Amino acid sequence: MTTMELAGLGPLHDALRDAGYTVIGPTVRDDAIVLTELESIDRLPHGWGVRLAPGGYRLRRRDDEAAFAHAAGPQSWKPFLHRSRVKLWEADRTGDGFEVREEPHPPARLALLGVRPCDLRAIAVQDRVLTGGRHVDPSYAARRSDAFIIAVNCTEPGGTCFCVSMGTGPQAGPGYDLALTELVGDEGVRYVVDAGTQAGSDMMDAIGAGPAASGDVERARAEVAAAAGRMGRTMPPVDLHDLMAGTLDAARWDEVTERCLSCGNCTMVCPTCFCTTVTDTTDLTGDHAERWQVWDSCFDPGFSHLHGGDVRASPRSRYRQWLTHKLGTWHDQFGSSGCVGCGRCIVWCPVGIDLTEEAAALHAEAASTDR
Amino acid sequence: MTSAATPMAPVPYRVTGRRDETTDTVTLTLEPVERPIPTPLPGQFTMMYAFGVGEVPISVSRIGPHPRDGSTPGPVLEQTVRAVGAVTGAICGTRPGQVVGLRGPFGVGWEVDAARGRDLVLAAGGIGLAPLRPVLLRALSEPDAFGRVALLIGARTPADLLFTSELDEWRARGAQIEVTVDRPSPGWDGRVGLITALVPVADVDPGRAVAFLCGPEVMMRVTAEALTGRGIRDADVRLSLERNMRCGLGWCGHCQLGPLLVCRDGPVVPYTRAAPLMTVREL
Repeated sequence: MTTMELAGLGPLHDALRDAGYTVIGPTVRDDAIVLTELESIDRLPHGWGVRLAPGGYRLRRRDDEAAFAHAAGPQSWKPFLHRSRVKLWEADRTGDGFEVREEPHPPARLALLGVRPCDLRAIAVQDRVLTGGRHVDPSYAARRSDAFIIAVNCTEPGGTCFCVSMGTGPQAGPGYDLALTELVGDEGVRYVVDAGTQAGSDMMDAIGAGPAASGDVERARAEVAAAAGRMGRTMPPVDLHDLMAGTLDAARWDEVTERCLSCGNCTMVCPTCFCTTVTDTTDLTGDHAERWQVWDSCFDPGFSHLHGGDVRASPRSRYRQWLTHKLGTWHDQFGSSGCVGCGRCIVWCPVGIDLTEEAAALHAEAASTDR
Repeated sequence: MTSAATPMAPVPYRVTGRRDETTDTVTLTLEPVERPIPTPLPGQFTMMYAFGVGEVPISVSRIGPHPRDGSTPGPVLEQTVRAVGAVTGAICGTRPGQVVGLRGPFGVGWEVDAARGRDLVLAAGGIGLAPLRPVLLRALSEPDAFGRVALLIGARTPADLLFTSELDEWRARGAQIEVTVDRPSPGWDGRVGLITALVPVADVDPGRAVAFLCGPEVMMRVTAEALTGRGIRDADVRLSLERNMRCGLGWCGHCQLGPLLVCRDGPVVPYTRAAPLMTVREL
């Protein structure tokens, strides 16, 4: 595939909409960079950056017009693919029984514009959970299968980022149709574009993109490579699966529980957290019933409820469940880590719990116990 | 459009029989209204739906027979339910003629075929007898295919014993059945104490026996230790786990036990896999 260059994203946006795609991408709203449908390419957050810290997220003005130099925002792409609320079916009473009608899940044509490498990996992780097993989630599959993904190689990691530790960035891995690298210069921004699929290549042909200047390609690669050295966080360089499996009784879990509010924010912003529950309802007649699937969080005490009580009744056990699943048992269940290093759980934790700090503390405790 | 096409929608089953097992536990006989779910294997479970109330995972306590008159397209199923909440209460309250929903069957069952030619120890605590009953019935229906069969039953009180009307028949068909209760009631002349006390009297050859356990986790843990202490190999012990389940399909995350998704990797798991997990509090 050749590497191409675009002076702006207007023609790509127009071509995607002409092809029937709903274009989702970043924009500024409520003092944050959020993902939403972009009717116009002008809504991209040109000139905005972010300052990220444990428990802190602030927009800042940049001194350039970059549109994608803002690290991860509060949302991932999860709300668009694995929706927070999905009707599964409805049923009506018949003479002496009931009749179930499953909800159709019409394919959605979504173009995801500006998928950061960490989030691209997160989509692949959710693909494995929701479509890679024996049973395929029809709602997710309907929204995912036709999605056109435009990744953005990361040249601007934030203070809470650690994709390098997780092997997910700053260079976009496989799974994109197009991957942009944003180049900022005196004359504005332009994009070096790699096509990852035939569909991506065709799209670039359709808008008449020309080949990239070799100097620009070199500069783009160099800027992405340099970003790898500017991660705000790192994971301890150990096998995190084994670390989690070996520290289930660590004292550190008690320490972190002193701070954890068990609020579940981390699970809501996490791009891979997939857990759901179902709610069964009836109307006032009692003759019409529905089942909805809604996001759930392992921090809710009732999440593990059995008739004898909640299996994970203590906040300690719930934080441990979340972290050991994310970094450890996810490998056993789905063959990969559940963490992509986006740092959202650090930023959006109201008390600033930092999973890289927790992993390091568990490692230190394990190392000191071994001696 | 009357029947569901995916494993997400309940399939209507008519309640054709209802038997009170104890004050809070009921066995329902279920026949498909139109199309059946795929035939469950012993140890598998279904998600049982009470219209408008909700859904719970319940193991299958009897599979078959197919009605001789061919009146239903699938085998008759029995499921044994203890009323401990709103949904199980509604299911236990259904009467013959009414309709419930079933999804499934889900999960990994007992490895009954791998136990052929072996002695069989079935150890049940409380309602844990329900998912073991299809194994027992299979073994009794093929006496030549299995060695000796010992069923060890523990219950809180004599009033909590299940399938009491069938115990004599099972004995007559060759099963050794030993029963113990935690607390006797007036008139009880059987054993009192932990189910582990039944392990030494199980008339099986430990070297060729396979053990299937279902009950509270602490009961399974101590029973497995007693059985392996008698010489049954760790690898020949299996147990059935219970966790909260919302989907049965491996998507909802509720049934995690460490590395396991119990709906997908269980409910029946090797003792060697479960043992280290059951010793961690609140895992």
